[in-house]
Amino acid sequence: MFKTVLVPNEVPVSAGNSKTPVEKQTLSKQNVKIIDGNQAAALGAKLSRVQVIAAYPITPQTPVTEGLSEFVESGELNAEYVAVESEHSAMAVCTSASMVGARTFTATSAHGLAYMHEMLHWAAGARLPVVMACVNRAIGAPWNILNDQQDSISQRDTGWIQLYARNNQEILDSIIQAYRIAEQVYVPVMVCYDGYLLSHAEMPVSVPTQDEVDAFLPAYKPHTVLDPADIRNYNLVTLANPRNNAEGVLCHGYMEIRQLLQEALEKSLKVILQTGRDYGTIYGRSYGNYFWVDGVKSAETVIVAMGSLAMEALVAAEMLRKEGQDAGVLGIRVFRPFPREALARILKNAKHIIVFDKDISYGNEGAVCSELKAALYGTGAKAVVRNFIVGLGGRDVKARELAAAVKKSVKSGSTPQSHPEWLSRI
Amino acid sequence: MKTTALNITEKEFLLSGNRTCPGCSLSLAYRHILKALDGKAIVTVPASCLTVLHGMYPVTSVLVPCVNTPFASTGASAAGLVAGLKAVGRKDLTVLAIAGDGGTHDIGIQALSGAAERQTDFLYICYDNEGYMNTGNQRSSSTPPGALSGTTPVVGKVQPQKDITAIMEAHELPYVATASACHPLDLYEKVKKARGINGTRFMHVFVPCPPGWRFDFSDTVKIGRLAVETGWVVLYEVEDGEFRLTDASESMARKGGKLRPLVEYLSPQERFRNLSGEQIEKMQARVEKRWHKFMERAGFKAK
Repeated sequence: MFKTVLVPNEVPVSAGNSKTPVEKQTLSKQNVKIIDGNQAAALGAKLSRVQVIAAYPITPQTPVTEGLSEFVESGELNAEYVAVESEHSAMAVCTSASMVGARTFTATSAHGLAYMHEMLHWAAGARLPVVMACVNRAIGAPWNILNDQQDSISQRDTGWIQLYARNNQEILDSIIQAYRIAEQVYVPVMVCYDGYLLSHAEMPVSVPTQDEVDAFLPAYKPHTVLDPADIRNYNLVTLANPRNNAEGVLCHGYMEIRQLLQEALEKSLKVILQTGRDYGTIYGRSYGNYFWVDGVKSAETVIVAMGSLAMEALVAAEMLRKEGQDAGVLGIRVFRPFPREALARILKNAKHIIVFDKDISYGNEGAVCSELKAALYGTGAKAVVRNFIVGLGGRDVKARELAAAVKKSVKSGSTPQSHPEWLSRI
Repeated sequence: MKTTALNITEKEFLLSGNRTCPGCSLSLAYRHILKALDGKAIVTVPASCLTVLHGMYPVTSVLVPCVNTPFASTGASAAGLVAGLKAVGRKDLTVLAIAGDGGTHDIGIQALSGAAERQTDFLYICYDNEGYMNTGNQRSSSTPPGALSGTTPVVGKVQPQKDITAIMEAHELPYVATASACHPLDLYEKVKKARGINGTRFMHVFVPCPPGWRFDFSDTVKIGRLAVETGWVVLYEVEDGEFRLTDASESMARKGGKLRPLVEYLSPQERFRNLSGEQIEKMQARVEKRWHKFMERAGFKAK
């Protein structure tokens, strides 16, 4: 759990051009509510004026479904709430509702996300701007209901944009931003946040007004809707090679359609940045980069982590500084698309990079570590990258353990690490 | 006005030249289903023979908007279309979910049951060819006992068929019906009626499959007619709990309920070639028992 209550604007944020307009900042502080992460997610969806919600309760996401049901039943939110019988069906409802032009939302965790897996591919492949909240939880077996990030990391290659929130403010803000991103690039967006650590932890969240959100997020205007007046066919069997249509026009094969998805994710980097900056100018909270950093530019040692884990790393860095060991922290917010160039740029002078993963690609290493190494490859970066697996299945992550791992890594110098180390038997 | 071959709409929504097998009765059924909906529908289809019928990108033979959805998701996809259309204010369209027996009885039953339990406003049609025909004829829970298939290749299927229509009736739906591709006007009337009803409407449509059941491509309609005349298939509808026999089943019951011997239906089909005389007798007895129950339910007395 966090050692300190984090008010979003007090968190050290460095990121691109993150000049925050002072007046707006004062304005948004007027609407500060003390809420947990799940309430922030439900509120984010409501403020985004979602039209169709389909969700199936799962710990620790359940309060999101209850919150949204209440919004709909009380008439606060004009939307269809479909109380589906499974997560697979939840995503099927979202994809099909999206095809007739509705803005859709779902939320899930762990096994629910795994059960949705087939439909995740379908949503991305059909280029539907579905947004979902993933409340990160460990996957069985054995059963475990507590936090790690194995669930969403396991869905890395489904073609979804993945944003990771570090606090409840970011959950709310990211869901609103997610719709603007998804509806521009036609790629679904998963907003991930740590189960319990955020989902059930209350903290101050500055809530924008409906008018403010409406100004930022226009109504969804899809390029295609299913309608007998303009007959379209979604997801027909598509051959490997391009093929002529009835008018003799050569149309995409499966490969071309898949390549377009990759290009959309590549292009979404710019859209994500622009959306974050626009959001920042309205609300006085900057999302001007794909990650947030604290003391990275001056430090030889950089700790990298994702989600709320990076906040714990801040505490570890503070401990290290007190002991005379300089360490910066980089918290990744955008994991898909992976911001390779921006990361390589900011880490080019680092000597030691220590990546803490709350996930693992079994037989290799933590996913964030692998991705980061790949991003640095060929850029001239000279850092030694070390990987520690931490916090699986809700194992408490202590700042002093993180600090000890950093010290150990620095002491090891350039000796390569043969496999990731586990902070599990300390 | 009763629909006849003379007054049925000439407008076609299923163009000729689709990719189904010769003698496919799904084509016949789908043609009349779309006519009855007057094309004012959005269709959702899981992996099945109908996916093949719909064509390969960028060419289709069907003049209605369509969602191709993963195998297990048909009912949920329909629920999504219904919710989406409501959310965007479209009120004039019927959502049609149409899946095979694999996609209905087996992998799709969860999503279908969920959508039906929520009384989702849509029409679900199961076209039943009694096996996984799109993958080349393997057993489904609708494959009849004794039938040979790719996964019951030697002994034939041992277990009875799952009665999906009874399962769906247990959901207390406003409209449940059976139909056959080979009685297209009865099918047309039922779809037309279902179109005008709110809530979940379920129809089970019998579609003989020449390559899967191994009978002559030219005999599709004959086999379908024999199925009803032998009592293998019973045509009925249940509207707000009111049961009634329809079409040929109704006139058979009215005339005393005499059935043609089941062997006339079974023997032209190679899939039943391993049946023993004893097995056929048992099947005959089962069919008669079921038929008498249906007659009784409809208020007829068997002679």
